[in-house]
Amino acid sequence: MPTISRDEVAHLARLARLAVTEEELDLFAGQLDVILTSVARVRQVATEDIPPTSHAIGLEDVFRDDLPGPCLTQQQALSGAYATEDGRFRVPRILDES
Amino acid sequence: MTAGMTTELMDYDEVVARFDPVLGLEVHVELSTATKMFCSCPNVFGAPPNTRVCPTCLGLPGSLPVLNRAAVESVIRIGLALNCSIAPWCRFARKNYFYPDMPKNFQISQYDEPIAVHGSLELQLGDGSTFTVGIERAHMEEDTGKSLHIGGRTGRIHGASYSLLDYNRAGVPLIEIVTKPIVGAGARAPEVARAYVTALRDLLRALGVSDVRMDQGSLRCDANVSLMPRGSSVFGTRTETKNVNSLRSVERAVRYEMCRQAAVLASGDEIVQETRHFDEASGTTSTGRRKETSEDYRYFPEPDLVPITPSDEWVEKLRTTLPELPWQRQARVQAEWDLSDLELRDLVNAGALDLIAATVDAGAPPAEARSWWVAYLTQQANARGVELAELGINPHQVARVIALVGAGTLTNNLARRVVDGILAGEGEPDDIIATRGLAVVSDESALAAAVEQALAAQPDVAAKIRGGKVAAAGAIVGAVMKATGGKANAQRVRELVLARCAP
Amino acid sequence: MSQLTRLSAAELAERISRRETSAVEVTQAHLDRIGAVDPVVRAFLHLDAEGALAAAAAVDEGLQHGDPAASPLAGVPLALKDVFTTVDMPTTCGSRILKGWRPPYDATVTRKLREAGVVILGKTNMDEFAMGSSTENSAYGVTRNPWDLDRVPGGSGGGSATAVAAFEAPLAIGTDTGGSIRQPSSVTGTVGVKPTYGGVSRYGLVAFSSSLDQGGPVARTVLDAALLHEVIGGHDQLDSTSIDAPVPPVVAAARAGATGELTGVRVGVVNQFRGEGYQPGVLRAFEIAVGRLRDLGAAIVEVSCPAFDYALPAYYLIAPSECSSNLARFDGMRYGLRCGDDGTRTAEEVMSLTREAGFGAEVKRRIILGTYALSAGYYDAYYGQAQKVRTLIIRDFAAAFEKVDVLISPTTPTTAFRLGERVDDPLAMYLSDLCTIPSNLAGNAALSVPAGLADDDGLPVGLQVMAPALADDRAYRVAAAYEAARDATDGDPLWSRVPDLTEDRSPGPSIGTEDRSPGPSIAEVVGR
Repeated sequence: MPTISRDEVAHLARLARLAVTEEELDLFAGQLDVILTSVARVRQVATEDIPPTSHAIGLEDVFRDDLPGPCLTQQQALSGAYATEDGRFRVPRILDES
Repeated sequence: MTAGMTTELMDYDEVVARFDPVLGLEVHVELSTATKMFCSCPNVFGAPPNTRVCPTCLGLPGSLPVLNRAAVESVIRIGLALNCSIAPWCRFARKNYFYPDMPKNFQISQYDEPIAVHGSLELQLGDGSTFTVGIERAHMEEDTGKSLHIGGRTGRIHGASYSLLDYNRAGVPLIEIVTKPIVGAGARAPEVARAYVTALRDLLRALGVSDVRMDQGSLRCDANVSLMPRGSSVFGTRTETKNVNSLRSVERAVRYEMCRQAAVLASGDEIVQETRHFDEASGTTSTGRRKETSEDYRYFPEPDLVPITPSDEWVEKLRTTLPELPWQRQARVQAEWDLSDLELRDLVNAGALDLIAATVDAGAPPAEARSWWVAYLTQQANARGVELAELGINPHQVARVIALVGAGTLTNNLARRVVDGILAGEGEPDDIIATRGLAVVSDESALAAAVEQALAAQPDVAAKIRGGKVAAAGAIVGAVMKATGGKANAQRVRELVLARCAP
Repeated sequence: MSQLTRLSAAELAERISRRETSAVEVTQAHLDRIGAVDPVVRAFLHLDAEGALAAAAAVDEGLQHGDPAASPLAGVPLALKDVFTTVDMPTTCGSRILKGWRPPYDATVTRKLREAGVVILGKTNMDEFAMGSSTENSAYGVTRNPWDLDRVPGGSGGGSATAVAAFEAPLAIGTDTGGSIRQPSSVTGTVGVKPTYGGVSRYGLVAFSSSLDQGGPVARTVLDAALLHEVIGGHDQLDSTSIDAPVPPVVAAARAGATGELTGVRVGVVNQFRGEGYQPGVLRAFEIAVGRLRDLGAAIVEVSCPAFDYALPAYYLIAPSECSSNLARFDGMRYGLRCGDDGTRTAEEVMSLTREAGFGAEVKRRIILGTYALSAGYYDAYYGQAQKVRTLIIRDFAAAFEKVDVLISPTTPTTAFRLGERVDDPLAMYLSDLCTIPSNLAGNAALSVPAGLADDDGLPVGLQVMAPALADDRAYRVAAAYEAARDATDGDPLWSRVPDLTEDRSPGPSIGTEDRSPGPSIAEVVGR
């Protein structure tokens, strides 16, 4: 029984916006199963009273003063864009606009 | 599909006879800090597109967020004003989902560790009763960019439409304030919803943390509505209505959803959990995004930001900066102005109380401040179909006009013309007096000359006055007022006429 | 080869500041060397000869006017990993999705280098978005190990390590998320340092795994690495995780170490990092290194860090999770590649096609793995549990550093492996980072210093020295002392024994330029 099914990989790829091919699905499903089986070892560790660590170096309360700084120019902001129009990024139509 | 085009609605009285509504209100407030939440780009409305952006709010590769201290202080003050507990330790999380108006395809937000929790807000309803809404949480997050949709379906299978994105708004500090489920409002539910958003807006305005302009989107409300059969305590399936852009719409949207859901339930169908959109013009809601599966946002602690640990000292220091809050102000002015409960409620309902109080604070006598706001300005607001607060005149300007009348610079008539100028966007009272030439003519010699001229033009009237018929002076006063374009002080003119014609 | 390219950065800076040679001459010598050997090793993705010469000329001009040198490295050339943003050069992260992208801003590291008068020659090759241990995951072809052109230079920073090992630059910048500075340094015989997390600003470092990524120096000597460390280190208000404290005195530590002994220094040998899976030649080289440290007066102590056994699996949950989120922004909407925008497809479809075509296999694997580990039903079992293991690793380090001043291990279990050897076996590839990962998870400082050649294959071995957070100087001191003792015994520094790549030696079959992604080729999707 694999840790992760081909269907699950397909679902995750959709969630991650990756239009993977059928061949990739076959390949990734197998590889991810091997990887997941291996990394699942973390579950063997007894960690009942252990707090999780998300930041190794425990800094707290880092703030910035509310003072305006320089912005990019519109030209700089749009410099990497595939398409622009009227100073804006032009993108394909967005479905289900809320 | 066509069957769904005409939505069945149940009569409201029947709805509330058969069902108990449950509301949940999520209000998003854009803070009016000088800069954005995580970068030092100016937080301004209406700049040319993509000119208030930097690598961070554009989500460019390599950029990093740094938290705006003023935004944290604002949310702590909001939390305190809503009687919330301020968490001694909290942090940000990433909410992951793809959407083109979100430059990083994740939103930095707070998930299970919000900064303010468990508060309440007391509302006054139109019938004089009060209703307490529980506050679940208030948390910080960042706003998205804005998209502009171009073109549309033109009949071809593949429409040629596309979207244009402006990220000036991306990263603007947002506070999301979420109520606990509001139960027990019954037939008053739509009114409660409106009263809640109104009270929250007034509170945020008093705190000075936001422009709270619903029309500009700096205050946005999503209304969750569900129904349960009378007597049940099991919540029904809810819908979330978005695009509710005015106080009136909050009330209408809730009422509409109650009637719609009741009809669905009465016909034996189930409510679909979905996002719905409120249409201002028709006053109806319609299906928005129907999620194929429940969204999995894959929240995890934001690794690029560190935790926030508001100390007691900091929180207490911020508590001392809280201004007089709306309900405190109401209690005070009711006593100071000697208002009955009914009078107070009328002022509150008209949205005038805070404006009057602020006008008084700016130096105007309470009676005159009240008179201006409830009479002339309320008429103007009604004529324009806007809230008093959105009329385009502020308490300082009203106080200035009142002061000018008191000083004799303006007559009441002139004062209204100055106010009209302010409403027309012509500037401050003194500027308008100068540009429109509205000041009372106070030059005695000019007035005397005008009186002389009027008497000369109507010798028969002058004779009558001299003959003791004082009432005839009105005709001369009228002529002088006409000659001076209404800018003379009629009382003074009358004195001059009588003095000149003294027997 | 110009002798200038064989000098250390410290010496070059001295000569430039004394005006015995010019920064322009030094830069030109390195550009010539790059011209001669880069077609073979392919360390660089982008060269900026003009910009480099102009920067060098500016340094010379300043010195001519009598200005003090901007830093102890003014005029010295450097190779910058292509994961730091640069306004005057593309920044691709070794990915097709960022092909040709010119950022509108400089990374803080880039800015500090420029301000220090360091001459940036160009951008170096890397595994795509720093995910890999061989630089074979670059969309722009492989980099070859100068010690053996059929072998990998390690990864992800194979380009930076190779540039330094092959005398293309005396200095380079790398980034280390799970070992991407230290492991390439180990297999190319160079010095590579991962500073304490937060010691070097991440602003402008394109994120792979934000809580682990750390920029750091690559050099041929410990002192050079320390000099570069002090140039790029220090607090940055643009990075919330940047430590607001002075840079540890690493240069002083390197100088002191080179002349001193290690008497009284307690060195812990990590039990967990020996034995099965380790190449015998690597272990023998490591034992020799331990002996040298003992000869220098260090007290050698065996230390057990049992949680380290779980570092690798914890890492391969945390890093992919963060990467799945960090890389979401590459969707073709605002910058970089866009595929399939034919006027009929939706933004969502175009995003998916763009990401499919723009990312290589390893990046996709990790994004999918991370998406899985963060999913609602699996979060606690995977991501949450990995973060708890992280706590245990930090505790193991803390306990160890109560007993010893530094910990040591081999940097990586084997010497450089052959090109292609592990490409199809992700798990085997991941094992390269076995010994380096704990310091990323715990955030402490760690470096790799060359420990001679393995007796079984004649390839470089690295000695990893780990120090507590903010005590980076301790690792430098031990490494510098070891380096001096090693060179004294061997008679010449290890770096001087790199094969002369300008000899007529044909590289192996070209496997560099074609795309190895199993996805559709770029020609198959609608390009720009």
